[in-house]
Amino acid sequence: MSITTDDVFAIARLGRLRINDKDASHYAESLTDIMDLVAQMNTVDTNTIKPMAHPQDVNLPLREDKVTEKNCRDALLQIAPSAEKGLFLVPRVVE
Amino acid sequence: MRWECVIGLEIHVQLKTKSKIFSGSSTAYGAMPNTQASYVDAALPGVLPVMNREAAIMAVKFGLAVGAEINQTSIFARKNYFYPDLPKGYQISQFEVPIVGAGSIDISVGEKTKTIGITRAHLEEDAGKSLHEDFQGQTGIDLNRAGTPLLEIVSDPDMRSPAEAVAYLRKIHTLVRYLEICDGNMQEGSFRCDANISMRRPGDELGTRAELKNINSFRFVEKAIEFEIERQIEVLEDGGKVVQETRLYDSDKHETRSMRGKEQAHDYRYFPDPDLPPLVIDSDTLADIKKSLPELPEEKTARFICDYQLSHQEASLLTVDKTTAEFFEAVLEKDSSLTAKLVANWIGGELTARLNKESLTITESAVSAESLALLLSRVNDNTISGKIAKDVFNSMWETGDAPDNIIEAKGLKQISDSGAIESIVDEVLARSVTQVDQYKAGQHKVLGFLVGQIMKESRGKANPAQVNQILKQKLES
Repeated sequence: MSITTDDVFAIARLGRLRINDKDASHYAESLTDIMDLVAQMNTVDTNTIKPMAHPQDVNLPLREDKVTEKNCRDALLQIAPSAEKGLFLVPRVVE
Repeated sequence: MRWECVIGLEIHVQLKTKSKIFSGSSTAYGAMPNTQASYVDAALPGVLPVMNREAAIMAVKFGLAVGAEINQTSIFARKNYFYPDLPKGYQISQFEVPIVGAGSIDISVGEKTKTIGITRAHLEEDAGKSLHEDFQGQTGIDLNRAGTPLLEIVSDPDMRSPAEAVAYLRKIHTLVRYLEICDGNMQEGSFRCDANISMRRPGDELGTRAELKNINSFRFVEKAIEFEIERQIEVLEDGGKVVQETRLYDSDKHETRSMRGKEQAHDYRYFPDPDLPPLVIDSDTLADIKKSLPELPEEKTARFICDYQLSHQEASLLTVDKTTAEFFEAVLEKDSSLTAKLVANWIGGELTARLNKESLTITESAVSAESLALLLSRVNDNTISGKIAKDVFNSMWETGDAPDNIIEAKGLKQISDSGAIESIVDEVLARSVTQVDQYKAGQHKVLGFLVGQIMKESRGKANPAQVNQILKQKLES
């Protein structure tokens, strides 16, 4: 499977990564190599094997429904680049 | 040529847990911004989610109530997208294996009953809130809601009219409140609905759908869908194509409009969340949850029809929420000589009217079930007429006084002494010579006028049945 530079730009946009034209072809080649490796794995017959959702054979630990956290707003807002009236401020999101 | 609309709904139900799905923060509504956001909710590096057992139990309750398969092993996945109210850059959701599989629910529209398929219901976390006003062109973010447990209930595209969509939505709304897994408050966003709508010629394949986002009242659901159907028909009849997109309903302008920006390329790149191993509901837990299910709306309706000889409509009105049904049964328990119909009429009539007028729920009623029973007992034993009872009810509501005290203090006791009624009848007949002649000439309609005069003369206190009987006797003698 071949990854084009257009694919690279599309993936970068989804991941909010800024990349330049020069690097794009390099990434396209590397990603194509990775996809080829995956394609190789796809040749193994796994029809009788249950898909694995997690590498460890454990169940999800569950906790009781209790409020255990205290208000930590001041600590959180302190490390925010911008805050006002108890809110985080971010560049305007267009609706 | 006719068009057929195809509607599917996605309902987001906020589960009524005390704490969030993956953190110990409170889920209480209305707190000061960001005071209920923990390090996990704010997605600080290095934190890990820990699943709330109650959220899983609530999801299973819903699944069992709609006869769905429960996936005793279900898997959490990451749904990747960037939006400031989702600080992790992904939402923890379920994708390939949701906790609740396929089920169904019956709806009624008019006389018709129809089964609506439920594709699935999955657990996920709610996002925070973005506030766009007042920040000099910036957006404010409140993470109090981030991590509130949601059950997203996805229907099959089985609805064929806005009325069916509303009936389905109401049914789910009633059900989640019966199960006590959601408070159902649409204004506060605890119960939200997206609608997928497409048009086709009957018998054709499904057409391209548009998604209507976040419609927050039953009335708007119907209007928004109606509008969207008209819009799509117009596009199609002009030879155009419906574009697959997300649209927002504007209730002020009564229109839907495209939501650009967030749309572009929908590619959520779901993958199993490595932080969360599979969620397993063992068989014992499943059996316990099954045992804990309350009487469900349909069972209750059937029981009310059977035990209390109510019509389907009366029974459905009383069972639309659990608290109304409990109120009804509490009245009857207080005085078992009351007829169920009388109680049903009062709850559906005077009480509901008053509650609506004051925007209260039945649990906030100023007249308790016990007091209403006392009042209706006085109607039942002919102490007061039904009409006077309405006045007494209003006084009870305003003063909180017991019905007997009000009847006594205001001298409202019904006149059932036939001698006393006779003298009032005689008095009225004596001054209504014209009407008496008309009656005797066969114009029986004037009876109503005469009864009215007699009731007025008695200030509403004469027993109406006796008045009718005595009046007829006198006119026909």
